[in-house]
Amino acid sequence: MNSKLETRNSKPKTFILSGYGLNCEEETKTAFELAGGNADIIHINDWNENKTIINDYQIFTVPGGFSYGDDTGSGNAMANKIRNHCWDELLKFISEDKLVLGICNGFQVLVNLGLLPAINNEYGKRSVALLHNTSARYVNRWINVKTTSEKCIFTKNIPRMFIPVAHGEGNFFAEDETLSQLKANNQIALQYIRVNDSTRREDGNLANGEFPFNPNGSLDDIAGICDTTGRVFGLMPHPERGMFFTQRPDWTLLKEKFKREKKELPEFSDGIEIFRNAVEYFQ
Amino acid sequence: MPHRFEVISRHKETRAELRLNKLRSLGFVDVQRFYLLDCITISSDFSPSQLQTIADSLSNPVSQKIYIDEPFLPNEFTWAIEIGFHPGVTDNVGNTAREIILDLLNCHSERSEAKRNEVEESLSVYSSTLMLLDGFLSMGQVQKISEYFANSLIHSIRIKNRTSYRNGKGMGIHIPKVELKPHPQADEVNLTVSDEELLKIGKLGIVDRIDENGNEIRRGSLALDLDYLKTIQNYFKTLGRNPTDVELESLAQTWSEHCKHTIFAAQIDDIEDGIFKHYIKRATEEIRKAKGENDICVSVFHDNAGGIIFDENFVVTDKVETHNTPSALDPFGGAVTGILGVNRDTIGFGKGAKPILNRFGFCFGFPDDEQQLYRDKEKNNPLLLPKRIMEGVIEGVNVGGNCSGIPTPQGFLYFDERYKGKPLVFVGTVGLIPRTSRSERSEESPKSDNHSLIEKQTQVGDYIVMIGGRVGQDGIHGATFSSEALNEASPSTAVQIGDAITQKKLSDAIVKEARDLNLFNSITDNGAGGLSCSVAEMAKECGGCFVELEKVPTKYPNLPPWKIWISESQERMTLAIPKQKWKTFFDLMTRRGVEATIIGEFTNSGKCVVTFNGKEVMNVDLDFLHNGLPKKKLVSSNQQSAVSREQRAENTSITPLLHYSITPTGNSQLATRNSQFFQLLSHPNICSTEFVSQQYDHTVQGTTIISGLQGKGRVNGNASVIRPLFNSWKGVAVSQALYPHLTESNPYATAGITIDQAIRNLVAVGVSLNHIALLDNFCWCDPNNPERLFQLKETARGCYDFAVGFGTPFISGKDSMFNDFHGYNEQGNEVNISVLPTLLISSLGVVNDVRKCVTMDLKSEEDDIFLVGNNTKEIIPNISETISNCKVIEEAIDYEILSSSYAIGFGGIGIALTKMSIAGQLGIDVQLDEEFLFAETPSRFLVTVTKENVEQFSKIVTEKNVTATKLGRVLSFNKFSIKNLKNENVIETTVEELEITYKNTFLGF
Repeated sequence: MNSKLETRNSKPKTFILSGYGLNCEEETKTAFELAGGNADIIHINDWNENKTIINDYQIFTVPGGFSYGDDTGSGNAMANKIRNHCWDELLKFISEDKLVLGICNGFQVLVNLGLLPAINNEYGKRSVALLHNTSARYVNRWINVKTTSEKCIFTKNIPRMFIPVAHGEGNFFAEDETLSQLKANNQIALQYIRVNDSTRREDGNLANGEFPFNPNGSLDDIAGICDTTGRVFGLMPHPERGMFFTQRPDWTLLKEKFKREKKELPEFSDGIEIFRNAVEYFQ
Repeated sequence: MPHRFEVISRHKETRAELRLNKLRSLGFVDVQRFYLLDCITISSDFSPSQLQTIADSLSNPVSQKIYIDEPFLPNEFTWAIEIGFHPGVTDNVGNTAREIILDLLNCHSERSEAKRNEVEESLSVYSSTLMLLDGFLSMGQVQKISEYFANSLIHSIRIKNRTSYRNGKGMGIHIPKVELKPHPQADEVNLTVSDEELLKIGKLGIVDRIDENGNEIRRGSLALDLDYLKTIQNYFKTLGRNPTDVELESLAQTWSEHCKHTIFAAQIDDIEDGIFKHYIKRATEEIRKAKGENDICVSVFHDNAGGIIFDENFVVTDKVETHNTPSALDPFGGAVTGILGVNRDTIGFGKGAKPILNRFGFCFGFPDDEQQLYRDKEKNNPLLLPKRIMEGVIEGVNVGGNCSGIPTPQGFLYFDERYKGKPLVFVGTVGLIPRTSRSERSEESPKSDNHSLIEKQTQVGDYIVMIGGRVGQDGIHGATFSSEALNEASPSTAVQIGDAITQKKLSDAIVKEARDLNLFNSITDNGAGGLSCSVAEMAKECGGCFVELEKVPTKYPNLPPWKIWISESQERMTLAIPKQKWKTFFDLMTRRGVEATIIGEFTNSGKCVVTFNGKEVMNVDLDFLHNGLPKKKLVSSNQQSAVSREQRAENTSITPLLHYSITPTGNSQLATRNSQFFQLLSHPNICSTEFVSQQYDHTVQGTTIISGLQGKGRVNGNASVIRPLFNSWKGVAVSQALYPHLTESNPYATAGITIDQAIRNLVAVGVSLNHIALLDNFCWCDPNNPERLFQLKETARGCYDFAVGFGTPFISGKDSMFNDFHGYNEQGNEVNISVLPTLLISSLGVVNDVRKCVTMDLKSEEDDIFLVGNNTKEIIPNISETISNCKVIEEAIDYEILSSSYAIGFGGIGIALTKMSIAGQLGIDVQLDEEFLFAETPSRFLVTVTKENVEQFSKIVTEKNVTATKLGRVLSFNKFSIKNLKNENVIETTVEELEITYKNTFLGF
């Protein structure tokens, strides 16, 4: 059955996973609702008890957080838990025309599940990793990214975004061969870009590994990737923390600027577009 | 047979690289290679195929290689160091690995439930880190290295050289299992003894046993003085028996300074009701009365946190705790358990507030101070150096706060060498709670108090339920030992490591589910004193309790009853649950992975009764337990003799940097001024602490409005604002202030300027003075010293006067009285270090519309820069002037005519202008009275106003009868120029220069 047809003209529903230290479920739910969708927060144990509940949803999201405190590697323990209990249901979900999003810890979970990058549709095979930041320390700061895949549903029509990262293990790694396949398949969806020294604005050029533009040492400045269909997407930055104008660290400055230019203050900021794209996919 | 896994990175391992760099920076330049391995040891036997499955689930094949029962054997290495945990220390990685293994086995096997339980019972899992080093190092050097990465209080260290590592097949298997001899009963403690013996019991603890040499081994200090012990002696005399160890330990916890705040409650001089009631509480009562309908307080002093009105449906709570002594011993563990502990104060407010913001404040010795001190004369027990303490504490709040998903935008670092003996670690949490439960709110009368979430009441017949972590030996005597100075005998069992995820599960289950389902009548935190304090405290609400200690889940068998009763093992809360709701509650907790256990029942017997395996081990009147302690009478003295002051100054050689305030040097030569200015800007109490702000997640929950770093230049601000509800524009603002360097000379003024600053910081970002509450934290020293008591009394008097003057009530507070160190220096000479008597005032405010908030960064060229308020040499704030100045700022922000604003503080106008300039990356051209360049005169603000708004701004200033002086203007380029009134250059530099100096001090931290 085509889930697109099913939900056309109605709000698509998002399944947002929670539990065991995931912690961004509430703001992520708000993001999907503001983007025009519906969303439910479902605890992993409730999902285990009722595995087919996921069939009622069009978007599956693993939000940010600290599942199992990052012990044994960020995202690893939660991925184990999903694989042990709900793997078949999740694979079925992906085989349908539906969307999967992993933000930060959620990205780490998807990578450990092998749902990303799933080159050659080998869902379940781990082939990339998110290692410790080169600083070996948690980092929370605002960065600029540009979108670099025409495939990715979530980043459609978003040229660039100013959103924050907040993680200890976001250092994207893949072997050379995997990396070239990612490039060839158009699976690199987001890359960190630099801010021009003199203008203090991003100029579209890649960060080239340089801190703080690339905040974690990621290979090729990779901040997010999608699967070969573009429907499964994971990213280290947090779009839900950069969806309101007033979440931006520079909003008071922009407010002064807009006021003097007699412009209205916007309500939203870059991050909301990720969620709008997801919701619009079903409309 | 047990098994061991070793995991190593296939590629560049940044953690190993950083450790190697660290070693080189410590002088071990000879270390060539450094391998870092994460090891897991499991106690049970598994088949090879099972082991392979387990290995796959514990590692990542893309980035790691895992060795099963086979040591990693590189060619080039000389030494192997393995760091694991001592038996019984919380091992989070081990616990997660255990959960992974059990989940894996359970879902891939057809075993019966009984068999599963058997496997579960017998499986224990331990984590450790293995480091292999290559370099010509002596055993002594390797030991030194290991000590740098481990803390012997919590870690076990095993070292092997190359030969024994190779011959012995690697490190071998080491299982840190806790083995206790059974001790199934309570012991009677004979109190019919001499005063001398009584004192020994109070100071050194109950005799546990006599060792083979005939020496008494005691259980650790009860911190009970003779007065208290005599009272206890008499009480049990009237009962006609001796107390049990459970009873005596329980009384010691409940009566500790930590729990009962005996000094704040004691009569001091003619203040019969004690300084808490007389100054702090009375201030709040009077303010509330005076404010009448505009009273913002909802819950003050009696709950785990204080609460004020957020809006008609919600209450915002705040609590600031200290965790000084644990952090001195194990900085990381002390700080984690500190932040998680104060989170539980929030979860334990009313029927459970949701933590929405963490705050922190650290007072350390200077990080470049490398003079070693010792706890013992033999120099076997070294004190951790300030830098090590600082790194551990910062990391601890990082892990505790980040893992819990609570934003930590606001805090400070403050340095003085008098914090070298004992750091001060302040941790605070703000919470949000609906006034009534969800179902109730949707009904017609939203304000009905029928099912209030703010009030809680234990009912007779309710089950006593413990949820969260289990009880172990960790955290014995925390309450009593923080009621004493740090010395040789300070127990290491008081040290603990936090488990943020266990607590997060508990927090979510309570605050997001059980609370709104109305499944319990009361809840409180298990903090100091553990169950003994939480249960007895809740029992006050209904009049008694009955506890069966053997029902309490423990981490390992054979804990004696007294330890179960007083252990402060973390991540636990106690609830009162109506019998008919137990099943629903238990099912919910089980589904959320939270252990919940009935351990007894609340009664109205008037007694606290505890049994262990059916035998009564405690039976004490609740009234005696809570109110039996004799009131102290203390005498203070203002005899600040010249000699003792001089000695104090000599012992501590006060750093002069912050004393530039109000002391013009008379030398206006540009070069001198400039260098003085740059020195001040780079002072650790003024410079950038971005490295901390950046590693604390301040954007989680998506609520950020103003975070700890402001402007393009990322300057540390003094206040943070969040918007806790996505459907409302109301905000919560937090700030804090401290001026401990003034307490020695003028304690009364210290209270004034501290409160003044904490308030102005909030007003500057957009809070109305009418909606500000305060929290007080007194971290004092040597309270048996009458002079220290005098300073305490004077500071408290200042707190009363200024809180009442500003109309800002205290809603919660905490005091920590024994922040002293007694030990020895390298030469074996005695050293005593007391902290600066430190008053921290934390301020909490509510913003009506966060879209009007203002930051400190300069916004635009040609804006005018105004000083609001008068330059004076008075450090005691003029209350009415501060209020008028605040009203000007408030109104101007409300009309949205300020483009930036800042409450002048450390370093005066000079530093304020600098920070605004760096934050905005714009230069300035100003002229001011040079004499007041660095003056820390209270009451004042700096603001910038765009030309077209200057007229309106001036109107407000005139209306409020306030002085506002135009100092100059914002430039479009990077020149930073301050001239004196004679138009001579005082400071002339560039914003880049300033930024480099401002950010240089902690570069590389």
